[in-house]
Amino acid sequence: MMTRETLDRKINQLIDEILVLDSMVETATLEAIQALKKHDVDTARRIYREDELINARRFTLEKDCMITIATQQPIMATDLRLVASILEVVGELERMGDYAKGIAKICVRIGDQPHIKPLIDIPRMGDIVVSMLNRAVGAFVRRDAEQARMIPQDDDLVDALYDQVYRELIIIMFKDPTTIDQANLLMWAAHNLERMADRVTNICERTIYVVTGDMHEIDDSDDEMSQV
Amino acid sequence: MNKFVIEDLTVLYSDGNESLKGVSLEIPANSITVLFGPAGGGKSTLLRVLNRLNDLADVVQISGKAHLLDAQEEPLDILDSGTDVIALRRRVAMVFARPIVLPMSIRENLTYGLRTAGERHKARLEEAVQRSLEQAALWEEVKDRLNTPAVALSGGQQQRLCLARSLALQPEVILLDEPTSGLDPISTTKVEASLQELKQSYTIILVPHSVQQAARTADQAAFFLQGQLIEYAPGKSIFITPQDKRTEDYVEGRFG
Repeated sequence: MMTRETLDRKINQLIDEILVLDSMVETATLEAIQALKKHDVDTARRIYREDELINARRFTLEKDCMITIATQQPIMATDLRLVASILEVVGELERMGDYAKGIAKICVRIGDQPHIKPLIDIPRMGDIVVSMLNRAVGAFVRRDAEQARMIPQDDDLVDALYDQVYRELIIIMFKDPTTIDQANLLMWAAHNLERMADRVTNICERTIYVVTGDMHEIDDSDDEMSQV
Repeated sequence: MNKFVIEDLTVLYSDGNESLKGVSLEIPANSITVLFGPAGGGKSTLLRVLNRLNDLADVVQISGKAHLLDAQEEPLDILDSGTDVIALRRRVAMVFARPIVLPMSIRENLTYGLRTAGERHKARLEEAVQRSLEQAALWEEVKDRLNTPAVALSGGQQQRLCLARSLALQPEVILLDEPTSGLDPISTTKVEASLQELKQSYTIILVPHSVQQAARTADQAAFFLQGQLIEYAPGKSIFITPQDKRTEDYVEGRFG
């Protein structure tokens, strides 16, 4: 039988790497929103470039998971569910990094054009999403299923803000069609944040799976068709 | 359909080393049931109860129920002192950890049991030789040298020969006690692959030599610890979501 110490050490390394990746995504998201708010194109360009670092880290982490699976057999029960879930979670984090990059790109596209509306709700959405993400990854690394069940409730706040931004932008576009270009970009920014919150829910589902072995959706209200 | 029904089975050896404590389980036909757990847990004891090999051991107490069911689900009381042990063992064959080939040719190894049982018909004996070697995935490797001594075969081939020898008598059940513990990975793969084929026609009960083998082969798996059956569940779930903490700790390598 293998030595548990080696497997435990490997798993702890993977968890540490998740925390690093998470903090990169959180920082990119908050900075992208700040850049958008302040027309800070230089920062936005940097965030855009630095997404490469998130992607590279994701692949390294995935590779480390595969090496762990290959070299530390048997990996079973909670260990197996955890390593398989780490693979899922790193994928979610990488995708969230892409959303942050998308917001940075929107910032560059808007450039120094004045905003067609004050950016208040989008930064609020960002704060909630990043807080959700931070707590979700924390729950994942602590294997805290209770906490993981609570976090997706905040998705309602994000959805409500998204609806608000959406309605507001529609009205602005109706009133002045010259705003359509920027309104569309801002809608994308809000949409990216709304999708991020859904991916946080996926991380929470993985946490519950690791702890209990139950695999199910926490809430299907993120199904876009459910609102149609 | 069940092949064995075991209820409240308790076995106590005189030295108290290994025993079973009130074990109940039903073993389905035509599938692979794996008995696993740390040494001294009772898995080999259970295997040996099923074809009464325990008759040769120093058992001071055996109680409970152990029934072997035939195709009509007619039960045979395995523990009954009146049960014909020879007939029982013909229905319930056993393959041990170390291959024990008879000092004869490959062919004679396979026909020995049938001849002992009174079969003299040459064509039927030949048919049994080929059929059982094919089932044990050994035919292609030895078909041109059936008259050579079996001891000249490699370890992996010898073990498959032992499997073939038990199949020649067309039992209903094959018990395997760590059948690949001394084999290289390729031979192990061959034996495991032949078990997957054999379960179509036989009931297979396997004590694996590792948790990995348990996970690879089990249709259902029973985890034994210190004589108790801790958990009995489909192979698909017991290694991913074990329900008992002790099973989880064992499959995760925290003890054993």
